[in-house]
Amino acid sequence: MNLDQRILSAKETWKAQQEGDEVRIYVGSATCGLAAGARGLLNHLPDALADLNLEAQVVPVGCIGMCFAEPLVDIQEPGKPRVSYRNVTAEALPQILEGQLKNGGPPEPWVFGTLGEGSYGGLDRLEEQAVLGPQLRIALRNCGWIDPTSLDHYLARGGYAGLQRALGMTPEEVIQEVMDSGLRGRGGGGFPTGLKWRFCRNAKGDQKYLICNADEGDPGAFMDRSVLEGDPHAVLEGMSIAAYAIGATIAYVYIRAEYPLAVKRLLHAMEQMRDIGALGKSILGSDFDFEVKIKEGAGAFVCGEETALIASIEGQRGMPRPRPPFPANQGLFGKPSNVNNVETFSNVASILRKGAKWYAGNGTAESPGTKTFALTGKVNNPGLIEVPMGITLREVVYGVGGGILDGRPFKAAQTGGPSGGCLPERFLDTPIEYATLAKAGSIMGSGGLVIMDDLTCTVDIARYFLTFTQNESCGKCTPCRVGTREMLTILERICAGKGEEGDIELLEELGQSIGKASLCGLGQTAPNPTLTTIKYFREEYEAHIRDHTCPGQTCKALLPATIDPDSSSVVTGLIRVTAERCDACGKCVASCAVEHSMSKDPELAMDEDPLPRPRIQLHPLGGGTVPTACRHCEAAVCVLVCPTGAMQKTGQGGPVLCDDSLCIGCRSCVLTCPYGVPEAYLEGEQITKCDLCVDRLAKGGIPACVEACPTTCLEWVKR
Amino acid sequence: MSDVPSQSMDDWRSQIARRFESRPEYLIPVLQFIQEDAGYLPPESMLATARHLRIPESKVYGVASFYAQFNFEPQGEHRITICRGTACHVKGSGRIESEISTHMGVPPGGTTGDMLFTLEAVACVGACALAPVVVVNGEVHAAQSVASVKETVDMLREQSQKE
Repeated sequence: MNLDQRILSAKETWKAQQEGDEVRIYVGSATCGLAAGARGLLNHLPDALADLNLEAQVVPVGCIGMCFAEPLVDIQEPGKPRVSYRNVTAEALPQILEGQLKNGGPPEPWVFGTLGEGSYGGLDRLEEQAVLGPQLRIALRNCGWIDPTSLDHYLARGGYAGLQRALGMTPEEVIQEVMDSGLRGRGGGGFPTGLKWRFCRNAKGDQKYLICNADEGDPGAFMDRSVLEGDPHAVLEGMSIAAYAIGATIAYVYIRAEYPLAVKRLLHAMEQMRDIGALGKSILGSDFDFEVKIKEGAGAFVCGEETALIASIEGQRGMPRPRPPFPANQGLFGKPSNVNNVETFSNVASILRKGAKWYAGNGTAESPGTKTFALTGKVNNPGLIEVPMGITLREVVYGVGGGILDGRPFKAAQTGGPSGGCLPERFLDTPIEYATLAKAGSIMGSGGLVIMDDLTCTVDIARYFLTFTQNESCGKCTPCRVGTREMLTILERICAGKGEEGDIELLEELGQSIGKASLCGLGQTAPNPTLTTIKYFREEYEAHIRDHTCPGQTCKALLPATIDPDSSSVVTGLIRVTAERCDACGKCVASCAVEHSMSKDPELAMDEDPLPRPRIQLHPLGGGTVPTACRHCEAAVCVLVCPTGAMQKTGQGGPVLCDDSLCIGCRSCVLTCPYGVPEAYLEGEQITKCDLCVDRLAKGGIPACVEACPTTCLEWVKR
Repeated sequence: MSDVPSQSMDDWRSQIARRFESRPEYLIPVLQFIQEDAGYLPPESMLATARHLRIPESKVYGVASFYAQFNFEPQGEHRITICRGTACHVKGSGRIESEISTHMGVPPGGTTGDMLFTLEAVACVGACALAPVVVVNGEVHAAQSVASVKETVDMLREQSQKE
């Protein structure tokens, strides 16, 4: 059948499924969902359904963006909206299925809300909640709604209508439409897409190339991966429209090797495109030929830069080239080429389908349309979002993002990845646009948006990003190759507590030079994180250098001294005591003694001399008993009174340890401890006290008493 | 150091020739094929690549050494990849990297003496909402800690030693 017939049939099937009498179960199955546990759920579902005598169609979908809630499972009964369940485990699955499908009551605590038209009981409509309400999903329009391996799903929701319309226009008209939409390159450059296409259209060459930049190298960015995994046809359709507009019969998708699922989805979608005649000779009955090839990256961030990317496709080292000549005139294999980002292409198909005026009606005049962001870091709702340009940072962080984790104060928002900057609190009400972010010293970037709280050190963040860019520098030009190394050395010194007067000024000077003199965007923007953090958090740099402190409590060398800096780092949790569960069995006491014996063996320990002492005792409490040991107090009295400094608190949250080489057995701690913990067994002997089994913790274990407790009276609670 | 048998240059050459045209632009895909097959780039395969694509061997090494994906040494049976992306960093992956490196006795990029494990750190896996992320033999593990990674390593070691 031809494409029109296929589309009609797909729409009818979709409608029939939505209104039919089969239950549909959607499972978020992009890389994140699968990693969070969806793979197990997909395996369990058939059995779980069979056990309950239920039937349903299982639809694996891409990422709907609510990553904090993965694994996500949605159950849709005929004629009703999808009921979303969050953080679903294999154990919870039968309860959820039974709860909704047999008892009509979606069970807590997993039920999250509804998605789609209509209402279900008294459940919240997620589209009206802060997490989805402000979002406008255009590039991500199908992600989470369709099975990415189903062409019919794509067609039913308007797929390839854009290409059909474009093929009925002249290439110039298509370019004008994209210009009128105001679409700007979503890879980070923000260059008007239509204009870029026009340059390539006007260039002379017997062969032109279209290139899709799917390298997505920014740490903290995964927008492109989600689009490719969740809706590969959106990208391919956009590419075919672009190729037609510029006159390129061959297109390359340069995709990083670390995205194997995305590659798989693309290849599958390309086969489907060929089946309907949208790939190959004379696509969709036009006189335009179009072929797509996939090239995988090999692990070089610099290959996200368009000239380095082109070099890589040619089989060279990924080193950028000076421009002019621009790729539009002399690009891949010396021919006119046009490079665009995945998200840019995903928007193009919608623009052709619904019109430039519709697209430009969203966002702002300076930055029309929407932008995807990978919202991560210290927020309650990290995930993949798409919002209209012009929304404020505050609405994103506190609305969609659900605020800062643990209610901690906001410190900075990092945009633009290693090329961007950290924006402090006073920018929270800034509308997100290309110009406003640039004016603040950062950039829009590809969409990475990392939120930091007060327990983050901006000097460490600057060092972190520069470590990355310095490592990824291709080495071709001196300002970047040598300059970033010099800046990094200074930052490392500062974080190690060896900062000097003049370091900050030197960083500023170096940063300006490197930015101006580097050959490509990597070097030109590598100093940005450092320069913006100095601009907005200068006092933090000064604290490192002048006061030898780290206000963000991150730089280890500048934190309060400890007897064993590593011991507090192994304390990954604390012991919780639930007194009612104590059976007075004494296993905690015995195991503690054995743990601190020489032989570590229960039978041999009894014969040792001196007899191993337990550091935990059973004390009477209200008719029962409770295991009592050292509380490792934050403001430990024993530490205060110890005359020799033997008693030491090893950092915030760490254990209170007694240094045997310093203890003189004076028993001041025995007298002052409010819990009666330290014990001294013989005259003049050093005291014995719980050491939180730091040796066991260092090996990844838990304290001996907790392990031995048969009633869970003692539990190890991970931080 | 390695006892891993490698094919001869001629064997490599015929394998490559079967799959790729003799054009320089296929250099990276050829290297990716060799690495997929052998786990690393043996010297014989590099020479075979140069011969088949009719480019100097120095060029093959120049390109292969530029990209982080390619290994020149045989790799361990298990691959532990610690993500050092921004979101993972902010959630403590730096500590995971240094403590696991100490625990296993190899720096990031190294392979343990018993050839059981290769430890590596990468800039970003792209699963940022699951930070901190560790990829174990291609499988993405979410919300990791020093303790959970140690557990995984110990489990894999036990598994390998039983076989």
